[in-house]
Amino acid sequence: MSLKHEHELSFIRKYIFSMDHKIIGIQFLFMSLLFMIVGGFLAMIVRWQLGFPDREIPFASHLPESLNPADPAHYNAVFTMHGSIMIFLVIIPILAGAFGNFLIPLLIGARDMAFPKLNMLSFWVALPGGLIMASSFFVEGGTAATGWTAYPPLSADPQYTGVGLGQTLWVVSVLILGTSSIMGAVNYITTIVNMRAPGMHFFRMPLSVWALFITAILQLMATPVLASALGMLLFDRTLGTHFFNPAGGGQVLLWQHLFWFYSHPAVYIMILPSMGFVSDIISTFSRKPIFGYKAMVFSLVGIAGLGFIVWGHHMFQSGMNPALGTAFMISTMVIAVPSAIKTFNWLGTLWRGSIHFTPAMLNALAFVSTFIVGGLSGIFMASTPVDMFIHDTYFIVAHLHYVLFGGSLFGVFGALNYWYPKMFGRMMNSTVNTIHWVLTFTFFNLTFFPMHILGMGGHMRRIYDPTLYEFLKPMQPMNEFISISAFLLGASQLLFAGNFIFSLFRGKRAESNPWRANSLEWSAPSPPPHLNWGDKLPTVYRGPYEYSSPEVAEDYLPQNRPLIGAPTPSRTVPEPARA
Amino acid sequence: MHWLPEGVSTYSPSIDTMFYVILAVTGVAFIVTEALLFYFALRYRARQGVRATYTHGNSRLEMIWTIVPAVMLVLLGLSSRRVWGDIKGRIPPTDQEVVIVASQFDWEIHYKGADGQFDTPDDVVIHNDMSLPVNKPVKIRLRSKDVIHSFFVPAFRLKQDAVPGLTIDVWVEATKTGTYEIACAELCGFGHGTMRGQLTVLEPDEFQKWLKEQEANVVPAEAPPA
Repeated sequence: MSLKHEHELSFIRKYIFSMDHKIIGIQFLFMSLLFMIVGGFLAMIVRWQLGFPDREIPFASHLPESLNPADPAHYNAVFTMHGSIMIFLVIIPILAGAFGNFLIPLLIGARDMAFPKLNMLSFWVALPGGLIMASSFFVEGGTAATGWTAYPPLSADPQYTGVGLGQTLWVVSVLILGTSSIMGAVNYITTIVNMRAPGMHFFRMPLSVWALFITAILQLMATPVLASALGMLLFDRTLGTHFFNPAGGGQVLLWQHLFWFYSHPAVYIMILPSMGFVSDIISTFSRKPIFGYKAMVFSLVGIAGLGFIVWGHHMFQSGMNPALGTAFMISTMVIAVPSAIKTFNWLGTLWRGSIHFTPAMLNALAFVSTFIVGGLSGIFMASTPVDMFIHDTYFIVAHLHYVLFGGSLFGVFGALNYWYPKMFGRMMNSTVNTIHWVLTFTFFNLTFFPMHILGMGGHMRRIYDPTLYEFLKPMQPMNEFISISAFLLGASQLLFAGNFIFSLFRGKRAESNPWRANSLEWSAPSPPPHLNWGDKLPTVYRGPYEYSSPEVAEDYLPQNRPLIGAPTPSRTVPEPARA
Repeated sequence: MHWLPEGVSTYSPSIDTMFYVILAVTGVAFIVTEALLFYFALRYRARQGVRATYTHGNSRLEMIWTIVPAVMLVLLGLSSRRVWGDIKGRIPPTDQEVVIVASQFDWEIHYKGADGQFDTPDDVVIHNDMSLPVNKPVKIRLRSKDVIHSFFVPAFRLKQDAVPGLTIDVWVEATKTGTYEIACAELCGFGHGTMRGQLTVLEPDEFQKWLKEQEANVVPAEAPPA
């Protein structure tokens, strides 16, 4: 491979239709962050409506008609698109697309992905997918209004919602985004299995790589099932088939089984990568090896495996056989065990560490703290009789935001703080990001914790005016409180956005290893050049968590640093996994 | 403890107890883990000259924190299964039946009428206003005409989706007279948030009196349930 190759590339081949995994990762990053602004803005509209149902949004007249929640049909569209955008266009692409692409080759010591062209295609398929979803705001009848779960018959026949083309575009968009996911997953799996640097055994891989690897396997296995469901829904909508229409011999619950067979593993697609990043960050800034590395790996595998047999817990009250509900309850209870193992191992890593409170570390600690809440609140809904009361209430809204915002997004903030210097060659201002963390962590909890209490009061989700119900009226002050907290939470993000953009141009130049970390990406320049390393790929001598090792005077020992007298690993194919 | 709203069905106490048991178990787990997180972060903050302890873990600890949560969770699962079985295992024998047909955005409540049979012209059909006798099991047959709805009575702790193409039977025995609210818990279209009904639990004799009045009002042309 010629390293001069990069100089021959035109701007378009280098930055637009790039086959470099780092550029593709950054493309995914910018796409997700832009959609995060849209999704966050929609959340603000939702909270305005719920906190102040009698007052019109001040800027309502400037919104596209399909976003003005004053009309209840539009309220449904607003929360539908909030969920759909955050899940399909923010969390999944930022974790798998952005960090998966950027990190995997750098962390395993490869020059690029196994299939660079497929990688390029995965972005250039995802972007039109996102644009199609965005375009649905502007078509006649407005955008999809059936929730991100799109349960038929509501989603299958325009007569029930008044939304025609918008819902169809939603289906097409999710299908396309799924295709992009599969392309990415194939690439990640192949790259990790075949292209690790000499000496990089499976059990020397950083947990970020393990997490992205397991996530890719989940994506590869689960996404086609979603595609089948979406295909049937598309046919029901456009060709007049009756897969989900009982009048034509269809089965309404079929959608829910297929959808959740994908979407429950997808919940883990949305959290496992963050668990990996957080493990790496906590170990680095505790200056201490990760506690129970193999337990961490096996618990990731356990979560992924069990994740395929718990989908029915979304359907306890759906009319599914109650005996089946019991089976899914037990599997769901059991899946909390590997999550508990991870939490205890993070605590074990902190124990007797030497903890540095960088913004990355603070966000990682916030991840652990909120993931505990999100994990524990899941146990309530796992219990079939308790779920009978709190299913489809704000209890589940609280739970899912503790996992997906508290978990995934704090993981993303941690990872952005941690790898920003490697991505862009500059440092973000850590004071600003510390303030951002304080505000985000505070307002996050003030926004979402009270939702548990709303849910305990029976507050249904997806209703646009709680004050219509006598039993909900006493809780309206809490809704107002939540809304104000949410606005402050939203406003706090301006700090991070400003710092992110400003530092791209004016941030302090980053050295190659600003955190004195061990994994291979820190042995490449910041930002790494095309093909990542110079003439020679790094050779790996040890695992990625040798912090405060007695073998050296410094408190870190990079994976690629040879120790005098240590045997040089052979340059043959890496060893297969050993238990 | 009364953190949950008042429950007025025979099974609401066991559901609430299950809730509080889980709250106690998760509450302890929450306090212990968050306290450790906070304590470790403070206690082991970086200090000059103090090096982190070099350790890769401890198998005995791994065993303990695998087995203890597993046992706790399976116990929670088994005790939930018992409550679930009591509710879903069988419907108590009763002659009091109601058919509820949900549609956008309306609860259609059917009573048998004078002939004691459903699907006959003398069925009593009332919209969004349901009455039930107290201290008597009632079997509710749920149907839907169009999309999925979910019959939710928070005071009963009862929630069940009404699914087009299926008839789903649930039951409830109210323990206290009074007026309660029915809500739809599954997104069903633009009027989802307004799909509200009223539920009145009456003394048995009042209920019979009420039913007789309704029977007298029936216009025989009323269509049978879908």
